[in-house]
Amino acid sequence: MQPTLMLAEAAQASAGDASAALQAAVAYAPATGILSYMWLLIAVPAVSALILLTTGRWADKWGHWLGCAAVLFSFVLGAAMFFELRDLPNRAVQLDLYSFIPVGSLQVDFGFLFDPLTACFVLLITGVGFLIHLYATGYMAHDEGRRRFFGYFNLFIAAMLLLVLGNNYVMLYFGWEGVGLASYLLISFWYGRPSAATAGKKAFIMNRVGDAGLVLGIFVMFAQLGSVNYDVVFSNAGLLPSTTILVLGLLLLLGACGKSGQFPLQAWLPDAMEGPTPVSALIHAATMVTAGVYLIARSNPIFSANLTLQTVVVSVGALTLLLGCIIGSAKDDIKRVLAWSTVSQIGYMFLGVGLGGGAYALAIIHLLAHGFFKANMFLGAGSVMHGMNDQVDIRRFGGLWKYMKITWLTFMMGWLAIIGIPPLSGFFTKEPIIVAAFARPGWTGWLYGFAALIGAGLTAFYMTRLFILTFHGPKRWTTAKEGSVDQHPHESPWVMTIPLILLALGSIFAGWLMASPVAEWLTPVLGPPVEEHPTTLSHTTITVLSLALTVAGAGLAYALFNKGTALEPQPAGALVTAARNNLYTDAFNEAVFEKPGKWFTRALVFVDNKGVDGLVNGLAALVGGGSGRLRRLQTGFVRSYALSMLLGGVLVLGAFAAVQLGWMG
Amino acid sequence: MKYLSILTLAPLIGALTVAFVPRAKPELAKRLALIWSIVVLAVGVATWVAYKPGGPRLQLQESYTWIPAWGAKFSFAVDGIALVMIALIALLVPLVILASWHDAEKSKRSVPAYFALLLALEGTMIGTFTSADVLLFYLFFEVMLVPMYFIIGSFGTDVPAKQRQYAAVKFFLYSLVGGLLMLAAVIGMWVYGGHTFDWQTLTNVEFTTTVQRWLFLGFFIAFAIKAPFFPFHTWLPDAGGAAPAGAAALLVGVMDKVGTFGILRYCLPLFPEASRWFAPWAIGLSVIGIIYAALVAIGQKDLKRLVSYTSIAHFGFIGVGIFAFTYQAGSGAVLYMVNHGLATGLLFLVVGMFVARRGSTLVTDFGGAGKLLPLLAGIFFIAGMASLALPGLAPFVSEFLVLIGTFTVNKPVAVIATIGIILAAAYVLWMIQRTTQGNTNPALLDLAPMKRDLSLREGIVVAPLIVLLIVLGFYPKPVLDVINPAVQATLTDVVTPERADPAPATSTVEAGK
Repeated sequence: MQPTLMLAEAAQASAGDASAALQAAVAYAPATGILSYMWLLIAVPAVSALILLTTGRWADKWGHWLGCAAVLFSFVLGAAMFFELRDLPNRAVQLDLYSFIPVGSLQVDFGFLFDPLTACFVLLITGVGFLIHLYATGYMAHDEGRRRFFGYFNLFIAAMLLLVLGNNYVMLYFGWEGVGLASYLLISFWYGRPSAATAGKKAFIMNRVGDAGLVLGIFVMFAQLGSVNYDVVFSNAGLLPSTTILVLGLLLLLGACGKSGQFPLQAWLPDAMEGPTPVSALIHAATMVTAGVYLIARSNPIFSANLTLQTVVVSVGALTLLLGCIIGSAKDDIKRVLAWSTVSQIGYMFLGVGLGGGAYALAIIHLLAHGFFKANMFLGAGSVMHGMNDQVDIRRFGGLWKYMKITWLTFMMGWLAIIGIPPLSGFFTKEPIIVAAFARPGWTGWLYGFAALIGAGLTAFYMTRLFILTFHGPKRWTTAKEGSVDQHPHESPWVMTIPLILLALGSIFAGWLMASPVAEWLTPVLGPPVEEHPTTLSHTTITVLSLALTVAGAGLAYALFNKGTALEPQPAGALVTAARNNLYTDAFNEAVFEKPGKWFTRALVFVDNKGVDGLVNGLAALVGGGSGRLRRLQTGFVRSYALSMLLGGVLVLGAFAAVQLGWMG
Repeated sequence: MKYLSILTLAPLIGALTVAFVPRAKPELAKRLALIWSIVVLAVGVATWVAYKPGGPRLQLQESYTWIPAWGAKFSFAVDGIALVMIALIALLVPLVILASWHDAEKSKRSVPAYFALLLALEGTMIGTFTSADVLLFYLFFEVMLVPMYFIIGSFGTDVPAKQRQYAAVKFFLYSLVGGLLMLAAVIGMWVYGGHTFDWQTLTNVEFTTTVQRWLFLGFFIAFAIKAPFFPFHTWLPDAGGAAPAGAAALLVGVMDKVGTFGILRYCLPLFPEASRWFAPWAIGLSVIGIIYAALVAIGQKDLKRLVSYTSIAHFGFIGVGIFAFTYQAGSGAVLYMVNHGLATGLLFLVVGMFVARRGSTLVTDFGGAGKLLPLLAGIFFIAGMASLALPGLAPFVSEFLVLIGTFTVNKPVAVIATIGIILAAAYVLWMIQRTTQGNTNPALLDLAPMKRDLSLREGIVVAPLIVLLIVLGFYPKPVLDVINPAVQATLTDVVTPERADPAPATSTVEAGK
C-alpha cells in the first residue's frame, strides 16, 4: 500500500496544477424522482423499433407516426430530467438497473448516468432527432420500406441514448456497437443497390477497427484498475503510470477516430451518403459521428493526464480538418461535399478536446451548434433532391432560389453559420477553438492555430461554392433532350419545411445563446471555462485574421462560380486531382489492405485444402501404415466398422438395462 | 428423481421406437421423434430446476454396477458446465427435428432411420455430459460418432454422393484416431491411478509429472480433433459442408463442444501440472485458429463450409478462454460454448432454409435474395450479427469475457485475438452482401421456392433461438450463475485463486472517497 501511495503523490506533484482537478474523486449520487426512470428514455424508442420491425404491412399507415411519437416522448422526458437535474445539489446521478456481467472481480452493471454532459447529448439526440424524424415522414412518404426505415431510425435513437447514458465503458461500448449496427442498416437501406450494400459494409468494418481499439482500452482499465465504471476509472486515472495512460488513451482515440470519421479511419463516412438523406443528417452529421468527441470529453481525466496523448489528439484533429476541407473543395456531389465538411468540422472538435482544459467545453458547444447547422443543410440538400428528381450533382443545379424559397433561406442560414459569419452560431463556437489552438505554448501554438485558420478560409470557399452552384447562377438542369429527365423544381411539403425552419433558427441563435451558459453547465464534468490568452497573437488579431480569410474564401468562390461551372470534370493540376481522389487515401487502403488481403485469404484457402489437410491426412496414413492403404480404404469397410460399434454400444446399454432390471447379478 | 439416467436413456429408447416405424409411414416417424425430443426437453427443464447453482460441484449423482472387476460403474453426475450443455442439446434437438422435416426425403433412404439417428445422436451426446465414470464417457464419446457418420454419409444430399462419403469417412477416421489415443490414455490412467474409472476418485490421485503429461496428451489430442483446433480442423468443413443443415447445426453446435467440455472436465482437474505445462501450446494453437480460420472463411465459396470455418475461429476463442486460467476467461469460454451453439445453430438452420430453396450451397448462386425472401434474409442477418458478437446478442458477453479475462494475464494473445473481431465482421458481412444484397440474381426469379418466405414451421424453429440470443444478450446472469461456481472449482484445481482472479495492477482508491 505504502509504495503505491508514494507513487501517487509523486505523480500528483509532477503533473502539477492541471491534474489536481482530476485527482478529485468522481462521485455520482443515486437517482431519485423522475431521474430514476431514465431507462425509459431508451426503452421507449427501442420498443417502438421492435414494434415497427416485427409488425406486418397493416402498420404501414401509422408506423412512421409511432416512430416520431417515441422520439418526441424521449425528448419531453429528457427535458423534464434536464430541469430536475438543474435543481439538484450534486448534478450527476446514476441508476444501476441490474447486474449484467458478474464473474469474479469483474462486475459490470446495466447502469446509467445522467449528468450535465449526458443531458446535452440527450437533448441534442432527441430534439434534432425528432425534427429529422418528422422530416423523414415526408421524405420517405413514397418509399415502400418506410416502416422498416422508421424501425431502424428508432433503433438508432435507442442505441445512441444508451451510448451517452451508460455509467460504465461496457454500456458505452454496447451503445457504440448499436449505433454502428443502425448506421450499417440505414446506409445499406436500399440494399438492392450494390453501391449501398458495399458502403454499409465498409462503414461497419472500418468502425470495427476502431471498436477493437475501444474494447482493448476497456481491457486495460479492468487489468489496471479492476473496474470499468466511470467513477472508479476517473477517480483513479491519475494513479496510472504515464505509459499506461498513453496506451489507454491511444486505444480510446482509435475507437473515437473510427466512429467519428477521423484520420486514418475517415474513408467510410463519405460513402455513407448512400443512405437516405435524413440518415445522413441525423447519424452521419448531427449525432453518431460526434460520439468520438463524446468519448474523449467523457474520458477527460484520462486524456488530460498525458501531454503526449493530447498532442496526438490535436494532431489528428488538425490534420483531419484540413484533409476534409481540401477534399470537400473538389467534390461535385452535394451530399459528399457536406460529408467531407462533417469530417472537417469534427476535426475542429477533436482539436478542441485535444487541447484540453477549457477547450473541452468549447468542442462540445461546437458539436451542439454543428448538430443544428449541419442537420439543417443536409435536410436542405434533401429538400433540393426531393424537388430535383434525386439529382445530387451540384453542376446540374443553379438558380434554385426562385423555386424553393424556404429551402434557400434556411440553407443560407446554415451556410453563414458554418463559415462563421457573426452573429450566427458558428462564429461563437468555432472562433474560440481557433483562439485556444493559438494559446498552446511554443511553436505548436502557431502550427495548430494556423491549421485551424486555414481551415476556416477553406471552409468558406467550399461551402460558398456549394451554396452558389446550387441556388444561384444560371440553371444547368438536366433535360429530356440529353436523355435525362426534365426538371420541375418545387418546394417541399410542410413536414419537411417546418424542421428546416426550426433548425435554421437553431443555426442562427444556438451559438450566441449557448456559448457561455453551456460552458458553465458543463463545469462539473469538464472543468471550469478558461479565458484563453494566446501569447503569440492577440485575441482580436486572430478574430480579424479568421474573418478576413473567411471573406476571402467566400469571395473567391463567388467570383469563380457565380457564372456557373462546366458540366463535365475539367483537367486539373495535381492537387485538385488528388483531392478529387480523396487524396488517394482510398487507393492506399485498397493497395495496402484490400488487395493483399484478398490474395492472402485465397492463398490460405489453397494451403488449407492442400497443405494442412494433406499433411494431417498423410500423418494419419503413416500411422495407419502407408498412404496407399488409406486410399484403398473403402466406404464399406468403415460402414461395417461403424455398424459394429453401434451394435457394441447397444449391447453395452442393453447390459446396463439388464443389470438395472435385475436380470443379472 | 433419476434425472440423468432418464435424460440419457430416453432419447436412445426413442431412437429405437422410431427406428421400428415402417418405412412407408414417414410422417409417423417424424411426429414420434418430435414427441420424444420434447419429452427430453421437459426432463432437461426439470433437471435445470433440480440443480442447485450454489450447491456441491457434482450434483444429481446416480451410480449402478457395471464391471466390478475393473472398477467401472454406470455413474452419472453433472456440474454447471455439463448442465448448460445438456440444456443446449435438449433445446436444439426438437428444433433441428422440426427444421429437418423434409430433409430425409431427398435422400431416397429410410425417413424413420434418419430421425432415429438424430435421437441416437442426442442420447449419446447427452451421455458424454452426464457420465461421471471415465470409461462410460469414453464409450459415449466413441459411439456418438456412429449416428453422425450415417447421417453425413447417407443423408447429406446437398453434395454429390462421392463427396459426402469422403466427408463421412474422413470425419470417422479423424475422430477414431483421436478416440484410440484417448483409449490408451484411459487405460494408462487406470493403471497408474489405482484401478478405478471413477472421476471423483481420480481427481484425488497425484500422477507423476511424466505420466501426467502423457495422459494429458492422449486426452487433449482427442479433444483437439473433436473441437477442432488448428491444425486438426480440416475434417470439419468437409463434414459440415456435407451434412444436412440440421445435423450440421448439431455437429458444430454441440458435438464439437464435447471436445472443449472434455478438456475442462478431464484434462484440467485430472492433470493440473500438465495442463499448466501445455497451456502455452494450447493457447498458441487456439489463437492461430482464430485468425487463420477467419481468413480462410473469408475465401470460401460454399455457404456451409464458410459457416464451418467461422466455427473453427470461434473454437479458437473457447480454447484461449479455457487455457488462460482466469475466472472471467473460463466462464466466458463455457458461456461461449452455449452461445455459439445457439448462434451457429441458428446460422446453419437458416443457411439450410436458403439452400433448400435454391438447391445449391454456392454463395455465387444467390445474390440479392433479400428482395425475394425479406424475412428469411432478416433472420440470416440476426444470425450473422450473433456470429460476429454484436452487443445485445448473447455471443457478445462470452467473447468479451474470454478477451478481458485473457488480457489480464496474457496481453499479446488477447490483442491478437481481438483482431479476430474485425475479421468476423468481414466474413459475416461479405457473406450477407453476396447472398442477400445487391442486384437480384436472375436465376433466382425462375425458382418457385425462392418466392416462399419463412413458413410457419420454419418460424417456430428460429423464434426460440432468436429470443434466447436476445434475452441472454441482455441478461446472461441466470446462466452465469450456473457456470461460475463450476468454472471456479475447475480452475482452482489448476491454479491459485489469486492467479485465477488477479488483483488490479494499480492499487485504487474507492470512488467517491
